Amino acid sequence: MATPGTRAPAPTYADVNRDVLRTLAPPGNLYFGWMCVVGLLLAAGFLAWTWQIYIGMGAAGKRAPQMWAMYITTFVFWIGIGHAGTLISAVLYLFRARWRTSIYRAAEAMTIFAVLTAGLFPLIHAGRMWFAYFLMPYANQRYLWPNFRSPLVWDVFAISTYLSISTVFFIVGLVPDIAALRDASTGWRRRIYAVLSLGWEGSDNQWRHYRRGYGLLAALATPLVLSVHSVVSWDFAMALVPGWHSTLFAPFFVDGAIFSGFAMVVVLVLPMRHFFRLHAYITDRHLDAMAKLILVTGMVLTYFYICEIFTAWYSGDVFERASLFWKVTKSYAWALWLMYFCNCVSPLILFFRRARTNVVVLYAVSILVLIGMWFERFNIIVPSLGHDFYPYTWGIYVPTLTDSMIIVGSFAWFFLLFLGFIRVMPSLSIVEVKEVLDPPLKEGGHGGHH
Amino acid sequence: MAATTETVLGVFAHVDTTVKALEELRARGYHDLTVYTPVPVHEIEDVLERDRPVSRVRLFTLIGGLTGTCSGFLLTIWSAMQWGLVTGGKPVASIPPFVIIAFELTILFGGLATVLGVVTLGRLPRLRPTPTYDPRFTNDRFGVAVHCPPGRGGSVRDILRTAGAEEVRP
Repeated sequence: MATPGTRAPAPTYADVNRDVLRTLAPPGNLYFGWMCVVGLLLAAGFLAWTWQIYIGMGAAGKRAPQMWAMYITTFVFWIGIGHAGTLISAVLYLFRARWRTSIYRAAEAMTIFAVLTAGLFPLIHAGRMWFAYFLMPYANQRYLWPNFRSPLVWDVFAISTYLSISTVFFIVGLVPDIAALRDASTGWRRRIYAVLSLGWEGSDNQWRHYRRGYGLLAALATPLVLSVHSVVSWDFAMALVPGWHSTLFAPFFVDGAIFSGFAMVVVLVLPMRHFFRLHAYITDRHLDAMAKLILVTGMVLTYFYICEIFTAWYSGDVFERASLFWKVTKSYAWALWLMYFCNCVSPLILFFRRARTNVVVLYAVSILVLIGMWFERFNIIVPSLGHDFYPYTWGIYVPTLTDSMIIVGSFAWFFLLFLGFIRVMPSLSIVEVKEVLDPPLKEGGHGGHH
Repeated sequence: MAATTETVLGVFAHVDTTVKALEELRARGYHDLTVYTPVPVHEIEDVLERDRPVSRVRLFTLIGGLTGTCSGFLLTIWSAMQWGLVTGGKPVASIPPFVIIAFELTILFGGLATVLGVVTLGRLPRLRPTPTYDPRFTNDRFGVAVHCPPGRGGSVRDILRTAGAEEVRP
């Protein structure tokens, strides 16, 4: 069964080209209105960053022991968002899940923009960000190299590899589509697309190496995506802080990343489908599949939360127990219970088929999941740092206007990149959508063979 | 200088007619073919890949990946030996954490080498379109370009037309 539409007859190859080109038509006022809002928020974020550089890190509410606070929370949040894109584009590709074809391009773009957003935070958080090149592995003037046993150095390698490979994977996927845009456009656009398409023609020799290479890239990206969030989790788990020092962290983080990433895919894809009228390609079946993944990863996450509490209690460690007790009952208890509600309770409604295909319900659950997953990272970082071994190192973190504006600015930066992308590049993969259609046959009509 | 080969292009609207043409051409001994398709099609690949070795892209991936593994271990072990600083009572060249760096570089170099393979083996970037290319081939048409000895063009045209080409040129 290859028809992506439920009511209308299946689109033909030419329909796919036409419908994708339609998304690149000059946008209306609504689009520019959104761009203005996003641009203003981004400007506010940059203003706040400038202020922070001028005043110092105190402007961001950074006081010992709360030196990580919202920046690292948001950094981990954005890295996590990226993971669903790679899962859709690489893992589901290897599993030959055909429903991925009409959402993978948007999801992959989301990955790259999310990682680009996340990449800003080490710079913002470094304070003197003009020394950011210290992160690179090279020897200083006394021939001392970075300590490769430090999880922070692993992180640099993991994130930069992730960004490079996702970008390369994304561009390779785009090349045949850009060739289709080139052949359908004129003037200066045609010239730009001609350069970007590398002169792709779709000859048998090109496809042959392309297909093999694409499969290999997917096979490389799959272990990579699992490793990246594991490495991010070790930034915490390698430290001795109660609430962090756990072997549970790697799978816990990877699952949470996929969970939040799928929620973000829904948040991006539903408006895209509505405004671009892509209902023939992104059908209820796709929403259903994404909702099921949110449900499953949400329940796995619930299991991890239970394990986390259980091991803190079962360890018998007085500091672990005190840290847990403080988290669930004291200053930041509201954040913890909000997280439990958003991540454990709210997705349960997706057990109902009608909720899974109901646009409003699915959207609302996805927003709640994003809120919950941001608070998950907050709950890992802030209360754990604020209540470790000695009372004289305890401390509360209070957000300031500066760091809040920078966080909002990061969301604006992400949406600016995404909104820009969907107007200049095919947000629906021309080639992959065609691949799941029945190929045109002269005799026998629609064979439905695959 | 007279052309040493003649090229005939058939444009098809359907997969089955394209496959029929390919089978017929191969049966008649025409093996120098260029087939343009908007998407990779299994049926067409089945005909073309029958007597071809697997794409060499995987060799690029392997060499790139192994280079990454080696450079990851070399970088970490060598730089740790530069200053033999013992931390936490662990060996200076502590392999388990270095595996992470080596793993990431394996993926990085393997992935970049794969793309290099796709680009070089697919003869990209191509500055000018090949003469037989038609913009419809990225939309919904399939093209079969036959490179044959001079004077054989007539019979090739017949084969393409009989198979169901909607256009044959020149």
